[in-house]
Amino acid sequence: MAQTGSCDVIAAVEPTWYLIVSSLLFGIGAFGLLVRRNPLVMFMCIELMLNAANLTFVALATSLGDINGQTAVFFVMVVAAAEVVVGLGILVSILRRRPGATADDLAELKG
Amino acid sequence: MNTTFLEYVVFFVASLMMLGGAIGVILFKNPVHAALGLVLTLFGVAVQFVAQEAHFLAAVQVIVYAGAIVVLFLFVIMLLGVDRAVDLSIEPIPIQRPLAAVMTVGLVGLVSAAVIKAGDAIGTLNPGLGLDVAGETTADGQNIVSNDGNIQQLARNLYNDHVLAFQLTSVLLIVAVVGTVLLTRKWPKQGAAT
Repeated sequence: MAQTGSCDVIAAVEPTWYLIVSSLLFGIGAFGLLVRRNPLVMFMCIELMLNAANLTFVALATSLGDINGQTAVFFVMVVAAAEVVVGLGILVSILRRRPGATADDLAELKG
Repeated sequence: MNTTFLEYVVFFVASLMMLGGAIGVILFKNPVHAALGLVLTLFGVAVQFVAQEAHFLAAVQVIVYAGAIVVLFLFVIMLLGVDRAVDLSIEPIPIQRPLAAVMTVGLVGLVSAAVIKAGDAIGTLNPGLGLDVAGETTADGQNIVSNDGNIQQLARNLYNDHVLAFQLTSVLLIVAVVGTVLLTRKWPKQGAAT
């Protein structure tokens, strides 16, 4: 593309940047998953990591001109939705029995 | 106004939304606020999708993630009544946070180093020449001239090459729905009248 004016010196936005941003997002999600105790927030951190993977897929699909990456994102979204539904169902049934339980209190599956 | 400059602005604003929202998710004491931070992150990702001309996925991102999943999170938070602040300074396992920080920095550093090293092999983004631009040819040599070329390409790929995976997805959703109904159902007490 034509680069004119004051933007001569800067390069266009490259897929590498998207990949680095998504690695940062994945890192934040992994850190949160490790340090937070609230199971709901841990699920949100899993969503963060899934979104980082989605962004990687889309960045590479666009840069390589391959639509398969975007199809993969589609499937990741479906699996994420199913995972959240099942996870929150388990969480509701656990917290109904033991209100205010954190991840540390759930060391055993026995009700 | 230069197009490249606008792309820069979009990229950095969306990245700030994403990372700020993500940091909010792990730092907010109240789960409701964390869910709202998650919304911010998801919108940032949707903006990044639009910037890379994955229009359909951006729409699905907003509808499914921000519209359905986060609402489900908020619904469960309200239902269980856990929408109160927790004290994040309590650390049950003392060494856990430093270890997690080391692991995270190592992970991000390794991935970033690999990405930078791969560099040229990844290719360039070709701004304005994404997958859905008029005149782009698909695998079967057909010219796409409409504005919804991205959706057409995605649909052709999904329903031709990945149709088995698509159908297995429906099985997955059915299993998830039935499993959730079974999990959250209140069973009658053992020994009660059957």
